[in-house]
Amino acid sequence: MSVAHDLLFRSLGDPTRRAIFERLCRDGEQTVGALTERAGVSQPAVSKHLAVLKRAGLVRDRQDGRQIHYSAQLSALAPLIDWTSRMTGFWQNRFDRLEDLLKRMDQ
Amino acid sequence: MNSADAETRSVVVEREFPYPPDKLWRALTQPHLIEEWLMKNDFAPVVGHRFHLRGEWGGVLDCEVLEAAPNTTLSYTWNFANDDPAYDLQSVVTFTLTATQAGTHLRVEQKGFRPDQRQAYGGARAGWPQFFTKLEQLLARPL
Repeated sequence: MSVAHDLLFRSLGDPTRRAIFERLCRDGEQTVGALTERAGVSQPAVSKHLAVLKRAGLVRDRQDGRQIHYSAQLSALAPLIDWTSRMTGFWQNRFDRLEDLLKRMDQ
Repeated sequence: MNSADAETRSVVVEREFPYPPDKLWRALTQPHLIEEWLMKNDFAPVVGHRFHLRGEWGGVLDCEVLEAAPNTTLSYTWNFANDDPAYDLQSVVTFTLTATQAGTHLRVEQKGFRPDQRQAYGGARAGWPQFFTKLEQLLARPL
């Protein structure tokens, strides 16, 4: 697993962070205030989550006066949805299971 | 090379197993054994036999045996019909078994991805909940 993948997985591994990201995907650009209203956590916590998402390339921010607007960067998910790497992972996982099965068939 | 060829993708995974080819062949061709490592199925090692592979996630793959040379080569189609072209998949899976000193070298090749599957996120917002469910399952697995 590459460093970039690792960062993506870790960023999306947290349910609150994933909910924020999903909301940006669904509803488009949002301010921290608007995101906080529905996130169920404090504004500093939301800002922290946004910083993690930003580091992973999953969101982008845009300063507009005193407000910062955040938007989802769907292209950052490409490595996870790339079929070639997903299917490679799939077959590696299945070969692990095949190996287990062959061991059991011995007994 | 026409554009369709140019867009074809292929995935290859190889591994050596410390068992003879005939044992691997059984694991690849006997339905109750296939189910243990791959998916539920109604497979039969007969060219032209149509069968389904049923995934744990509820997806059903349409398959047809293309080649079944005992202990050597097994090939079948691996198609997933979906109204959303981003998820519609037509591919062929080929297992090649080669006897080695230590056992058997197994190679699987899956060929024939459509270009738009390379980045299935394009315009597929309806697929988001499904994607996140899958991602969650993926994260739950040891990486």
